[in-house]
Amino acid sequence: MLFDLSFIWAGIIAFAVLTYVVLDGFDLGVGILFPFATSERDRATMMNSIAPVWDGNETWLVLGGGGLFAVFPLAYAVIMPALYMPITLMLLALVFRGVAFEYRWRTTRWRGVWDSAFFGGSVVAATMQGIALGALVQGVEIEGRAYAGGWWDWLTLFSVLTGLAVLTGYALLGATWLNMKTEGELQCQMRGYARWLGAGTLAAIGLVSLLTPFQDPEYFRRWFNLPGSLFSLLVPGLVALCSYALFQGLKGTRDAQPFLAALGLFVLSFIGIGISFYPFIVPPGLTIAEAAAPDESLMFTLVGAAVLVPLILGYTAYAYWVFRGKINPEEGYH
Amino acid sequence: MFDGQTAETLARMQFAFTVSFHIIFPAFSIGLASYLAVLNAQWLRTGDETYYTLFEYWKKIFAVAFGMGVVSGIVMSYQFGTNWSVFSDKTGPVLGPLMAYEVLSAFFLEAGFLGIMLFGRARVGDRLHMFATAMVAFGTLMSATWILSVNSWMQTPAGYSINEVGQFVPEDWWQIVFNPSFPYRLVHMVLAAFLTTALVVGGVGALHLLRDKTDAAARRIFSMAMWMLVLVAPMQIFAGDMHGLNTLEHQPAKVMAMEGHYDSHPEGAPLILFGLPNAETKSIDYAIQIPKLSSLILKHDLNAPLAGLDTIPDADEPPVAIVFWSFRVMVGLGFAMAGLGLWSLWWRLRGRLHDSRWLHRASIVMGPMGFVAVLAGWITTEVGRQPFTVYGLLRTSDSLAPVSAPAVAASLTAFVIVYFFIFGAGTFYILRMMNKAPATRNLGLRDGPVRAAGITPAQQVDRDITDDPTPQGN
Repeated sequence: MLFDLSFIWAGIIAFAVLTYVVLDGFDLGVGILFPFATSERDRATMMNSIAPVWDGNETWLVLGGGGLFAVFPLAYAVIMPALYMPITLMLLALVFRGVAFEYRWRTTRWRGVWDSAFFGGSVVAATMQGIALGALVQGVEIEGRAYAGGWWDWLTLFSVLTGLAVLTGYALLGATWLNMKTEGELQCQMRGYARWLGAGTLAAIGLVSLLTPFQDPEYFRRWFNLPGSLFSLLVPGLVALCSYALFQGLKGTRDAQPFLAALGLFVLSFIGIGISFYPFIVPPGLTIAEAAAPDESLMFTLVGAAVLVPLILGYTAYAYWVFRGKINPEEGYH
Repeated sequence: MFDGQTAETLARMQFAFTVSFHIIFPAFSIGLASYLAVLNAQWLRTGDETYYTLFEYWKKIFAVAFGMGVVSGIVMSYQFGTNWSVFSDKTGPVLGPLMAYEVLSAFFLEAGFLGIMLFGRARVGDRLHMFATAMVAFGTLMSATWILSVNSWMQTPAGYSINEVGQFVPEDWWQIVFNPSFPYRLVHMVLAAFLTTALVVGGVGALHLLRDKTDAAARRIFSMAMWMLVLVAPMQIFAGDMHGLNTLEHQPAKVMAMEGHYDSHPEGAPLILFGLPNAETKSIDYAIQIPKLSSLILKHDLNAPLAGLDTIPDADEPPVAIVFWSFRVMVGLGFAMAGLGLWSLWWRLRGRLHDSRWLHRASIVMGPMGFVAVLAGWITTEVGRQPFTVYGLLRTSDSLAPVSAPAVAASLTAFVIVYFFIFGAGTFYILRMMNKAPATRNLGLRDGPVRAAGITPAQQVDRDITDDPTPQGN
């Protein structure tokens, strides 16, 4: 087949996950930075900067999960039990975080509780996503059509490292987002954080990249043979470019530049993971083709995705456009 | 806490618990989103400030309920994989695409326009804001359509074949989406959502009428809600009956359990009003029954024979007592809703809708009953489907993920604690918001004769100042 449907779908799912990571990444990042705000006014500004869009951002996570169920049911059936605990913890964290957006305005006495829920939920969700990623990279044991590993397999030094890497990276996205959306003292503060978080993120990317090829001989071979080695050669250059744009932007007045540079770092890391994985969907044993649903399912869903995904991107972009510019602390609906 | 339970029992408990919590919020937000669209449209059309006031009032309540619906829904979308991975592997090719369509055509629409609906009126203007509100409402209805297609397919599977590794493979998407029970189930659920919302809205209106029957906003709320009940409750009884006949055709064992028919009745079956299903003796103890009525309802013939659970293998029998009782709760509440509607119509025709204290009190009592009826209805249909996840084809015991009992027990405990805490708080906030009367926007002074010779009644000012106790500079 000239256009293999399962590979088109792998691309769409990868796109959904990447979109999720960068979009919910920055709003989770705002949650991670939340307790560092020095005044109630700053906290309100921070939350109002993401209140109109967080729900749409999180929907990409549902598309990632729902899409996996739809087009790679076997991968879904293997990954979810393998990552039972990190996924459950992430879901519980997202529950806490999601309600905080409305609850914190509905009470004075309990506001601190919901602020902690917002912060704690963001931290736990981010860390668990990173751990889940690490656990997937290090490989999942499969027997027949089911997960065959233990309950604690996901917890290793490597997965904890990827968890911390994602936590730091999301915080960087959050800080650069706030640098773009706010003014005055809050912006200054976030700019300062962004420098440290940028350094931390680069260190984490470097460490994870160095360790990844040693998680599996297959990865090693891939990174140091064509076409992966092309990327291995290119990537330091591109990362350097993004880093330069990030730190340069933090000095000047182009407030969008650091945010875009941070997004660039995420996109590069994501492509890197893709190179390690391809053509597997659950390494080391399950390929994209093996996990795919029958072509009837892939085609039926593809028709809808081809029409609806551009539409979604269109009105999502419109929603961002409506709420463009610096946040006015006096504005809000509560 | 859950010692001695198998992973399957625990996973079933967890699913029942999380899905029961979840269904509460869509049942409310589907109706409320449409109500908001109507209020907004009426305001734009008539310029009547009361509609604006009501839109702003219910909008905030909607935001809290919707938030709870979103987070509990995300949990559901992943639970298929964590606890029911074999089910996911086998049904994924058929059900996955339907759920993917739900995300693509409904969730994104709701989420994308929710921000504009809640925060964006000043930025986009009234017309685009109206469009956003309509899109949110449309999204909730789309979501209901797809998820009920999924659920209906599990009840009355169609349009599939089974491949060599035991997966259901789609053959005809038209048959899969529009499977035999889907139209009935969809209509029944959407009407249930509208009724649930009407009861809540009516209860809130009644509460504020009891406090001040001249309150223009409360009068409008109550009147609209009661119209909804009058129109929709009878439709629902009709739709429910049609749905029951469809179930009899496709899932006879479920109807046998609902009706409590352990034994076959070759010469006309009685309608058992009440009784205690006894699983040991396979009979209904202390039954109060009306001869032949069940045959009349189900077959439109007094003497039509009806088969009982004695014709079903024991291993395929659903748990009778739960289904028997939940069905009675749902039907009883349905008739109570219709009764409340007729009662309100009686007072309305006499021009005293806003004066009848007992009608208002009854409306408050009925306020939460839509939720009870929805839950009872879902218990009837879902427990009635047991012991299968895909009716007649895939057993619940064969759907489970390879998870250990302690893992499921731990996550179940966590869900129970978190849900009661989170959704308890949310319910408290919603009730507190409902407890406040809707306030108009011109300096918080309500319409009507509130000033006498330039003096504002103290109570009026007081109420408006304390209307929102959260000081936050907006």
